[in-house]
Order: sequence, then C-alpha cells, then structure tokens
Amino acid sequence: MQQLITIAVAAAVTVVLRALPFLVFSGKRKPPAFVLWLGGQLPRAVMALLVIYCLKDGIAGDAPGLLPAVAAVGTTVALHLWKKQMILSVAGGTLCYMLLVQFAV
Amino acid sequence: MLKTMRRAFPQTMPVMAGYLFLGIAFGAAMQSRGLPAWQSLLLSTAVYGGSLQFALVDSLCAAFAPLTVALLSALIQARHLFYGLSMLEAYRPLGRHKPYLVFALTDETYSLAVRGVPAGEDPAAWYTAISALDQVYWVAGTLLGAVAGTLLPTGALRGIDFAMTALFTVILTDQTTDAAARFRKGEITLTELLFAPLLGGLATLLSLLTVGRGSFLLPAMGLILAGFGGRYALERKGVKAA
Repeated sequence: MQQLITIAVAAAVTVVLRALPFLVFSGKRKPPAFVLWLGGQLPRAVMALLVIYCLKDGIAGDAPGLLPAVAAVGTTVALHLWKKQMILSVAGGTLCYMLLVQFAV
Repeated sequence: MLKTMRRAFPQTMPVMAGYLFLGIAFGAAMQSRGLPAWQSLLLSTAVYGGSLQFALVDSLCAAFAPLTVALLSALIQARHLFYGLSMLEAYRPLGRHKPYLVFALTDETYSLAVRGVPAGEDPAAWYTAISALDQVYWVAGTLLGAVAGTLLPTGALRGIDFAMTALFTVILTDQTTDAAARFRKGEITLTELLFAPLLGGLATLLSLLTVGRGSFLLPAMGLILAGFGGRYALERKGVKAA
C-alpha cells in the first residue's frame, strides 16, 4: 500500500508538471514573448543540467569515482560524433562504464 | 492511426533503441533490488519518466516518505514545464488528443515532437503516433528487463543505469552539433551557440558544489532562469538602444 502511494505521488506530480504550461496558457491567453523565447532556450540548458545530475555521485560523493563516469561520457561523445547512431553511442558508453565499475575500479 | 504509426515508426527508431535499452536497465534495476515486476510496469505506465523512475528505485526500498517523494518528483520533473512551454502552440489546437499528448511528453518524445509534423500528416494523428509508440517501447523494455533481471547472476548488470547518463549525453551532443552547424552557416551568433549549454552546466555544477547532492536541483534551476532572464533583459535593452 505504501509503495502504491509512493508511485501515485510520483505520477501525480509528473502529470501536473507536464500539464501546467497548457493549463496556465490555455484558450486565448498567449504566453509572453519571454516565455516563448525561454521555451526555445531551455532544452539545451536542461540537458546539460541532466548530464551533471547523473554524474552527481561521482562529482560530489563517494560513488565508484568520477573516472569511470568521465571515461564513459567521453566514449559516448566520441562514438556519437563518429557514427551519429544513438543506440551505438548509448550502448557503447554504458558497456564501457559497466566494464570499468565491474572489473577495473 | 495505424497507418500514421507505420509512417512515424522510422522516425521513432532512435527512441525505440534508447527506450528498450533504458527500459530493460530500469526493469533489471528494480528486479535487482527485490521490487516486484508489477511495480516496474505500473511506474512505466503511470509515471512514464525515466530519470524519476530510476530515482524512485531507492525511494521504494527506503522508509515510506510521501513528502520527500513529492519533492524529489517535482525537482526531477520540473524540466517538463519547459517542454510544455515549447509545445504550447503546436499542441494548442489538438482537442481530444491533447490530454494524452501532454501526459506522454517525455524528454525523448519531446525531442521528436519538437521537430514538427511532416508535410501532409495530420498533426493530432502524428503526435499521438510518436507519443504512443514511444510509450509502448518503454513499457516493453521494462517488462523485458524485469524478466532478464531474474535470469542473470547478481552483479552482472552493475552500472547499467549509466544508460540514462549516456542518453542525455547523446541528446546534448546532438543539440550542440546542430547549433554549431547553424553557427557556421551564420544563422546564429556565438552567444546563442554557447550560452544555453554553458549556463545549464555551470549553474548546476556551482549549486552541486555549494549546496551538495541532496537539494541542488532547485537552486540550479533558479540560477538558470535568472541567467536567461538577465540575458533577455540585456538583449532587449540593446535592441531598443539600437
């Protein structure tokens, strides 16, 4: 039951956040120019935020260390610049990380 | 709708690969912590948000704390406010299709939706097709992961959650190479190319290093909004002066 509530809370918060912009700016109310401009700017900023969010345990904590994560991120970027195949880059980077944390560190 | 889905399918293939892989990683991570498969499937159906679902694996194992879960969800999912803002005009006229499209607007679906609708396609059907296909991949991956997690020896999947990091890295790399191409063609300025990713990265690093791991997302997002607000005000002042 408690786990069901946990899942329900997470689902509710998620759907509210996804719906909020559409509710606030529904009908004829046009969002201000700044808000529309921000909508175009934010994706790249947020993606940078998310990458660092994922690396938080290596940067500020006690996880297996930053080195495997940095090596795997580097592998991912290099693979992606080379072949531009999302699945190859994601799978290659992940495999690199798994090998490093399971056998090297 | 099925015909639209067939035409939309090739465009969703990168997401299919990513979602099957991440879904498997998520299902296996849940399984490796002793959480039942039905919870994994419920999360992938009702929450449908990869980063939050990975974070919830810990919450589901820890003591019951609904308020903490609400705050954690809000922090991780706040970026969806921005996806909504950027899809406002495209989704505005879509009527009865809109509720599901809004519910299913994940990072990856947004990355497909933001490209717009191909010529000749009905927007409502097109957006619904990519959104529904993406969720099918995600739920199917979760199910496969839950099964695989029971078959593989413990520890064999250690580190598989890096798939999420790799996915975000790939998206950021794509965004940056696209912007760099537009910069080389002279369509955007150097500031436009560098400002957003640098602001996002530096603001997040700064608040991580000062506030610590527990609660750095909120100050990071505050800094990002302040940074964009400052730039917008400065550039508008520049336009008025010129």
